[in-house]
Amino acid sequence: MQERLIERAKELLADGTVVRVLGWQQGDLGYNPEPAYFNGPEELEGFVYDGFCGANLSKYMIQAGKLEGKSLVFLKPCDTYSFNQLIKEHRVNRDKTYIIGVGCKGTLDIDKVKNAGIKGIESISQEGDVLKIKTIYGEKEFPFEDALLERCTVCKGKTHQIYDELIGAEEGQEAGPLGNRFEMVEKLEAMSPEERFAFWQNELSKCIRCNACRNVCPACSCLKCVFDSNQFDSAQKANADTFEEQMFHIIRAFHVAGRCTDCGECSRVCPQGIPLHLLNRKFIKDINEFYGEYQAGEDTDSRAPLTDFTFEDAEPGIVTERGGKH
Amino acid sequence: MQVENKKEFRPKIVAFCCNWCSYAGADLAGSSRLAYPADVKIIRVPCSCRVNPMFILRAFQRGADGVILCGCHPGDCHYTTGNYYARRRMTLLFSMLDYLGVENGRTRVEWVSAAEGVKFSTTMNEFVEKIYSLGENVRLEDLRCKKD
Amino acid sequence: MYQIAKNRLPELFAAIAKEQDLFLPIRKCDQANYGLWSEEVQVDLDTLKTVKSGKDCFFPQSETLYSCKKEDGKLSLDPAKLTEEPFVVFGMRACDVQGLKVLDHVFLKDPVDSFYAARREHGTVVALACHEPEETCFCKVFGIDAAEPAADVAAWMIGEALYWKPLTGKGETLTGMVKEFLTETEERAVEEEQAQIRTIIEKLPYSHLDLSRFKPENTMDLFDDSRWEEMYQPCLACGTCTFVCPTCQCYDIKDFNTGDGVQRYRCWDSCMYSDFTMMAHGNMRTSQMQRFRQRFMHKLVYYPANNEGMYSCVGCGRCVSKCPASLNIVKVIKKLGGEA
Repeated sequence: MQERLIERAKELLADGTVVRVLGWQQGDLGYNPEPAYFNGPEELEGFVYDGFCGANLSKYMIQAGKLEGKSLVFLKPCDTYSFNQLIKEHRVNRDKTYIIGVGCKGTLDIDKVKNAGIKGIESISQEGDVLKIKTIYGEKEFPFEDALLERCTVCKGKTHQIYDELIGAEEGQEAGPLGNRFEMVEKLEAMSPEERFAFWQNELSKCIRCNACRNVCPACSCLKCVFDSNQFDSAQKANADTFEEQMFHIIRAFHVAGRCTDCGECSRVCPQGIPLHLLNRKFIKDINEFYGEYQAGEDTDSRAPLTDFTFEDAEPGIVTERGGKH
Repeated sequence: MQVENKKEFRPKIVAFCCNWCSYAGADLAGSSRLAYPADVKIIRVPCSCRVNPMFILRAFQRGADGVILCGCHPGDCHYTTGNYYARRRMTLLFSMLDYLGVENGRTRVEWVSAAEGVKFSTTMNEFVEKIYSLGENVRLEDLRCKKD
Repeated sequence: MYQIAKNRLPELFAAIAKEQDLFLPIRKCDQANYGLWSEEVQVDLDTLKTVKSGKDCFFPQSETLYSCKKEDGKLSLDPAKLTEEPFVVFGMRACDVQGLKVLDHVFLKDPVDSFYAARREHGTVVALACHEPEETCFCKVFGIDAAEPAADVAAWMIGEALYWKPLTGKGETLTGMVKEFLTETEERAVEEEQAQIRTIIEKLPYSHLDLSRFKPENTMDLFDDSRWEEMYQPCLACGTCTFVCPTCQCYDIKDFNTGDGVQRYRCWDSCMYSDFTMMAHGNMRTSQMQRFRQRFMHKLVYYPANNEGMYSCVGCGRCVSKCPASLNIVKVIKKLGGEA
């Protein structure tokens, strides 16, 4: 598939449809490709598309839309939800974008491989259902399934929401049964408030306020974040009190509520492995329950749940009422 | 928790009241000589939907033990629909706080019209009662703001 | 040279903790980070690299410098206390120990940073040799020997035993304190382990990076290199690389209004942030490219130019494994150094 993508990108560059390509550049360790612009056919030699290309490129299109000429971008099915959402918020320029929807078999989490004790990785290749890993300590194997990022084990589908053309979209379609993405949220809801508090206290206390979750998030596209304001006590860098972490993560999750497509980038990039998606999914689950099923990024024109209402909406007291079973 | 050793617990309650209904309701409660505890500090806002989640969290950070938001009854908003948006926001925010393990009795929304002095007073009495039973807010506190 | 059986380490930790604060890698919610030892914590000496380095123990991410209070119309000033009690940091790796030396050059030079100096004076570091270095490691490039960490006490985990060798006066004192747990032993096992570690390090993919171009005399060439423009592009401007780095030493000083006073505190800052070095007139670095360049120029050119050629990167590889966009200093070294 990688060859087909390079081939097609070269064609589109050559016929002048696009002036640059936004894709992934081969890294030097076999699992660390980086998002990159390719400005000519010769640069595309370094282009790669494999399981480690987890980075969602739609946010980069905010910047790319401001550059001269049209850009080609490769989007995986779940990335297209983010792109749609950005169109809805008038943050990307559709006219200056050429989207190739690429098939996806699931993206991988190198930490899962490393946590299994596989060290000194020199190269990784996929053969059927296994990852063949060459390490300085010998050859290792690891099941592809077990290396999937959490988000991919509860994939929301292999259908691209927006594209100009598709390449390899059939890939991954035959994937096995998926988990319930709200499973962990439900588990937390079933805990006592004390247990929930302890769970989040432990997780959030790891936060180093690096802002990676915010900066990678396609829904976090404010020009100036409230946490970057130096007029504000809880300015970005300080984790002087545990309150700061609670505040940051509650407000961030709230601000993307109804706009978050559940792309899972926040959890993918968190250096401390905080399951940030559990905050976003709580909002998604509540929105589904209170205001009807909603998937951000499915369309570009409907009203988002938090900029909409009905006369019959639940009263906030419902939280306390439900509280009985929690 | 060493509440015993400390002075008797006096809760701090922040009540955000909309200018058009609830603030007038509080006024009416006062002029009707209906009592409500002095632990309630009212902050007047132009509309219940002026209150963003940060206000609620900041109140807790600054030492509030309970936060209540009062606005016009749905359908009666001075700006037609503001309170409908506030209703969704607060529902989701309170649910999130509950999810993080913060006691769900510490937050409340009540619709109070300008004519409902009695409702204002009973709501505040009830709410203060509730916060008394929950005790000091320790799950959403900022230790730096605690007075010793 | 001494040794202690691995299964007796909890006793050793308890004994140290009885006398002094003991910081060591603790596993919490699936990640290893430095923390204070207690009976309940899960000590993790197997993870090669903690997420944050042990830098926190000497230069915490956030610390109060002083607090002001207004009472009865009077203003009182309460400076934060300097560390006065000795403490032990156990399990740092050779790269992290070198990281402290980098910090020393900044904080212990005039004007001395008294908070850092007090912690350095009272802290004893027990460093562990790296049994199985990983592909992201490149300490060798900076002349660091992961097989022989240069701390107060060097330690090796070999099979079922921990080997212990005091290297400084502070190390001797600590050794004296826990002597009852240690038995004298020969160096042979350690020498074998060292040879093995060094063999592995030779084979690591990053062990032979070429730093020859990163010299003060090339400052302007490197600064003006057109490739910065392409290299920075994936950068998300988050602070992950800076906050996991054992040598990043920039901080910001801020005031926090507590309601009845002010707490002045300092917290790590990141040159990746848009408000880094923000001054009244604005910011002299106005683009992310400039901020990105600053980070690597500082580590590889400016710092060594001011510190007898000592680089302020120690090759721990944390940024390599943690960057959300898979950017890192190795890619920069390879590109500008002429390897890629």
